Amino acid sequence: MSESDGPSPAAAPALADGLLHWNLPRGVTSTSQQVYAMHMMVTWVSALVAIVVFAAVLWTVVRYRRSRGAVPAGFSGHLGLEVIWTLVPALVLIGMAIPTTRVLLDINRSGSAAVTVRVTGSQWKWHYAYPDLGIGFYSNLKDDSREASRKGSNRSPQTVPHYLSDVDRPLVLPTGLDVRLQIASDDVIHSWWVPELGFKRDAIPGFINLMDFVIDSPGIYRGQCAELCGVGHAYMPIVVQAVAPDAFKTWALAEQQRQAALRSESAARPWTMAEALTQGQATYEAICAACHQKDGQGLPGAFPALKGSKVVAGPIAEHIRLVVHGSPKNPVMRAFGKEMDDRQLAGLITYERNAWGNNTGDLATPEQVEAAR
Amino acid sequence: MSEANGRTVMGPAPAGASHGRPRGLWGWLVTTNHKDIGTLYLVLSLVMLFAGGLLALLIRAELFQPGLQLMQPELYNSMVTMHGLTMIFLVIMPALVGLANWQIPLMIGAPDMALPRINNWSFWLLPFAALLLWGGLLLPRGGPDAGWTFYAPLSSTFGPPSMDFMIFAIHLMGVSSVMGAINIVATIVNLRAPGMRLIAMPLFVWTWLITAFLLLLAMPVLAGVATMVLTDRHFGTSFFNAAGGGDPVLFQHVFWFFGHPEVYIMILPAFGVVSEIIPAFSRKPLFGRESMILAVVAIAFLSAIVWAHHMFTVGMPVSGQLFFMYATVVIAIPTAIKVFNWIATMWQGSLSFETPMLWAIGFVCLFTVGGLSGVMLANVPADYQYQDTYFVVAHLHYVLVTGSLFAIVAAIYFWLPKWTGHRYDERLGKLHFWLSAVSVNLAFFPMHFAGLAGMPRRVPDYALQLADFNLVSSIGAFVFGLAQLVFLWVVVQTIRGGEPAGSRPWDGARGLEWTLPSPPPYHSFATPPSLEVVMAEGPTDHGTAAQT
Amino acid sequence: MSEVPYYVPPPSPWPPLTALGLALMLGGLAHVLHQGHWLPMAAGALILIYAIVRWFGAVIGETQAGVYNAQADRTFRIGMAWFIFSEVLFFAGFFGALFYLREFSVPWLGGYGAKGAAHLLWPDFVSQWPLLEMPRSADFRVPRAAMGPMGIPAINTAILLLSGLTVTLALWALKRDARRPLTAWLVATIALGATFIALQVHEYLYAYQELGLTLRSGVYGSTFFMLTGFHGLHVTLGVIMLLAILGRVLKGHFTPREHFGFEAVALYWHFVDVVWLGLYLFVYWI
Ligand code: HEA
Ligand code: HEA
Ligand code: CUA
Ligand SMILES: [Cu+2]
Repeated sequence: MSESDGPSPAAAPALADGLLHWNLPRGVTSTSQQVYAMHMMVTWVSALVAIVVFAAVLWTVVRYRRSRGAVPAGFSGHLGLEVIWTLVPALVLIGMAIPTTRVLLDINRSGSAAVTVRVTGSQWKWHYAYPDLGIGFYSNLKDDSREASRKGSNRSPQTVPHYLSDVDRPLVLPTGLDVRLQIASDDVIHSWWVPELGFKRDAIPGFINLMDFVIDSPGIYRGQCAELCGVGHAYMPIVVQAVAPDAFKTWALAEQQRQAALRSESAARPWTMAEALTQGQATYEAICAACHQKDGQGLPGAFPALKGSKVVAGPIAEHIRLVVHGSPKNPVMRAFGKEMDDRQLAGLITYERNAWGNNTGDLATPEQVEAAR
Repeated sequence: MSEANGRTVMGPAPAGASHGRPRGLWGWLVTTNHKDIGTLYLVLSLVMLFAGGLLALLIRAELFQPGLQLMQPELYNSMVTMHGLTMIFLVIMPALVGLANWQIPLMIGAPDMALPRINNWSFWLLPFAALLLWGGLLLPRGGPDAGWTFYAPLSSTFGPPSMDFMIFAIHLMGVSSVMGAINIVATIVNLRAPGMRLIAMPLFVWTWLITAFLLLLAMPVLAGVATMVLTDRHFGTSFFNAAGGGDPVLFQHVFWFFGHPEVYIMILPAFGVVSEIIPAFSRKPLFGRESMILAVVAIAFLSAIVWAHHMFTVGMPVSGQLFFMYATVVIAIPTAIKVFNWIATMWQGSLSFETPMLWAIGFVCLFTVGGLSGVMLANVPADYQYQDTYFVVAHLHYVLVTGSLFAIVAAIYFWLPKWTGHRYDERLGKLHFWLSAVSVNLAFFPMHFAGLAGMPRRVPDYALQLADFNLVSSIGAFVFGLAQLVFLWVVVQTIRGGEPAGSRPWDGARGLEWTLPSPPPYHSFATPPSLEVVMAEGPTDHGTAAQT
Repeated sequence: MSEVPYYVPPPSPWPPLTALGLALMLGGLAHVLHQGHWLPMAAGALILIYAIVRWFGAVIGETQAGVYNAQADRTFRIGMAWFIFSEVLFFAGFFGALFYLREFSVPWLGGYGAKGAAHLLWPDFVSQWPLLEMPRSADFRVPRAAMGPMGIPAINTAILLLSGLTVTLALWALKRDARRPLTAWLVATIALGATFIALQVHEYLYAYQELGLTLRSGVYGSTFFMLTGFHGLHVTLGVIMLLAILGRVLKGHFTPREHFGFEAVALYWHFVDVVWLGLYLFVYWI
């Protein structure tokens, strides 16, 4: 299932994927392979037990029909038999428990980590931060999937490559090194699940769950949020791009430079309308679009539209306060002041007040945001 | 406990009860009669089966193909939540309590349930609870949408206003269950016909006795955890909020301390039903009565210490994961006893395949499928992958639909002639079974594969590689839904008329209920059955009853 | 006790009316929580009270008429015992939560134990119990101090223990058919119960006004008020039931042999007592 890194053919992805998906993947970590072995063990044992039970039922049903003249025997118990069918299942279960215990202890052993990533679930996108490298970014579902999924959309899911399983920015990890994920959440419980890495772990607000693994081979591995987390639960895919350690280093360096450059460059540039709009659009699409949608239309009944919104058209101070401190009424609209700096917020607010025909012409400044904090 | 019965003197028809229920709707509202209340429970259950089933069919219609066709995700989430809550609290549980109401007094030779007014109260709480639950759909932000498990903080901090109505509906249903359970315990312990020893009670009665204890254990805890969600929502407590020292996982521990016994509450009486039906149509006593009873006791005990097998991915300490895995798989052992004893009951019997028997055999086979996927889920490493996927959805429908629901349907075919005095249409009954048995597998078996292929639960839309499984599931679900219309037809026809059933429509059936005419008199056993009758209808094996 | 057949009551409107009242009250409460009018809730409560009074009235009338035989009496006892069992489990849920919070979640948040990694999110948080500083105190009402075991709680413990004794003495008096002591001990029990409630109210006022300890004070405040609050509610119910019993005693109800209602209330009172001991130990003391 792991594909080579590169442009995947858009044509008939359904067929290509479909034939392979009847079972769990063997996966690319030692965890996933052990899990796969356990899965196959319990599957075969279950199949065997099912066959025994079905065969016995079938035999009685065929052999002891009254219509064939069967006369009932009188017995109503047999201690020996009952002991047998207590002991045999018990032995089968013990037989399965022994390797399972071994595997479980092995999977949960944690050692030192060469790369640590803080994974934060957030309605409805993932944030990845590499604390040691100073890199951090959001990972959102790709727009074409969002578009095709929408009710009444005239784009068919069949035309979207990796429908609902593709993101704008994948999580990049090195192969062959100990990776540790610290899984956390901003709001509700999410669950970070990539089948080919072998497990899922819940992202619990206020706590951190650890997940350690080593990826054996490079490739693109897809998964998605596995715990009901509200309206966008189906729209939180995960894509891991595993690359060789060297490539990872190169990537990290480039990313560090890019993010630093962005920061210093933009800090140096004067705060103009054009500057604010460019920055604002990027921030909006990374963070806000998950709910309010890229076109600012929101989702009727769940998320207010920003296009033509009263808040956006109203006094700018109120707008800033809402974004910085969050909505007192609806916890989903959380306080973004904690997550973003003044320039980002000012850009974002400027963008919202001028995009999608909201043309208020207002330019929010970092100073205004700071004052509102 | 058994010495109580000898002393009891039961005279002719009780004083206040010589007249029946007032006529019309009012009569149904104020009735204290166990049969009336049993009927009310069963009718509510049947209505809600179609309501909850309609939601299921809407879910399946949305999942028929990728993309959103019918509803927005927020509506989908409340459909799933309402489907789960309705099916569990307003279909399966009322049906089982309805069966208990009808059958327990008949099977133990009692005039009625021990606490008839409480019985009425237990029932009438439920329609109100249903109203509160379903009314939520009309509120701003729609119905409750956090799944039937309403995990915090999705239900607490982030829940819509309807969540509060759901919480109070849960409180009402909890009160109803606790009162119902008390009533059942009191009836079984105190109202048995003189001479019927505990050990000689029919299996259905036994399973309900144990189930009632489980209800008393589990339901108050559910009420407690729902209350914590309520106070977290409105009164500033922080049970499930880490910022105040709480933990969202605490919710799951308390919820599943209720939730897991709850699933056995829904299966043990089903075991009881099957243990009545299989001997009747095998014309042979139940194999190993004592171990069947012991197995139920063991399952009930174990069910209280396995709750965290629903939480293997929350990041529990490994020792906890191991403990809960071991405790969980141990349940397979007493369940194995049950399955093999049923088969041994059929072994060398003289089998005939009237509709109730077909459903009972369907139960034995398909419940085993669900139980085996349960054992797979209990394997912690494997569950790291299975958890919260359609594999779990497949498991829960095999144990609940082809387990609990199949047994309930079997029970209704089995006892309907007794209740109405009419035979049902055997040809339609068989049609109903075969349609259901085929379509239910079409609907739910592919879900195993969808889960393994990566489909999470509770999603309105999915990736393309899952399209084929979902297509098949949806078709199966629709056929299964249509098949239930046959059931509705059969039941209504049988109530309205039909060939007289006679007091014992099944030649192999044993038990006190068959000594009464069909339908039985309004006050079932106004005079307790004589010792000879109790003995003749009781278990003849092991001489347990004969010693009295 | 007369040897009559097991009594099956005739159709009764009170149970469905009780259901209606309860549902209306709870639905009304949900309505109030969303800025709705309080009228439906109040109406529900009134209907509920009315229906319960009539229902119990009917049962008392039947008891006095002598329709319940020994078997019915056993039914009531079984019913009451298992009802109290279910109440115990209701409290067990909250005690379990307290245990979990103290033993697991607070230490984890403070960096100890299997999930101590959570400390990375709350670097300044120090695990302690009673929890006076929350992981994010700004969101909460930070109390100045915890509620100690001495003073009012200790007095209340003594009061409840004493009331357990007085209610038992009342029961013994009833069994001896000594009506004067019966009334006296019953009145004493009620007085003790009322004193307990008054002191508890006083303690709550002190907590809210002096200590700043409220429901909003993190998990310490949450567990403290939920546990003591539900207990207080049960004491209040118990006092109301004792008052009803007192009324019946004054009317000359109950005989040395036939007094299930009395025993049920006494049993309930002991249950409330035992829960308090658990509370005193785990909420105030340890
Ligand atoms: C009637 C209801 C019912 C019943 C009876 C069961 C029975 C069992 N269940 Fe199930 N379960 C549910 C209802 C039920 N379950 C529901 C509703 C959920 C989902 C909740 C939610 O999240 O929404 C769930 C979820 C669930 C999970 C959590 C999955 C997850 O979310 O990750 C697990 C994990 O251990 C589990 C295990 C089991 C086991 C081991 C049994 C055992 O009792 C089964 C025992 C039976 C057999 C094993 C078959 C017969 C035995 C033999 C033929 C003998 C030989 C067998 C062997 C030697 C193996 N169940
Ligand atoms: C005993 C319980 C029970 C029963 C009987 C059923 C019955 C069915 N369930 Fe249910 N289900 C659950 C309990 C049950 N379910 C639970 C607990 C969940 C988890 C919820 C959660 O995640 O929170 C769940 C979740 C669940 C899902 C997963 C949703 C998701 O995770 O996104 C699906 C998806 O297919 C599904 C399908 C079905 C189907 C097709 C049926 C069929 O058997 C239904 C058959 C249909 C009928 C019987 C009705 C027939 C109606 C008509 C023909 C229309 C006529 C209409 C009128 C007359 C008004 N169920
Ligand atoms: Cu995030 Cu589901
Ligand atoms: Cu379980």
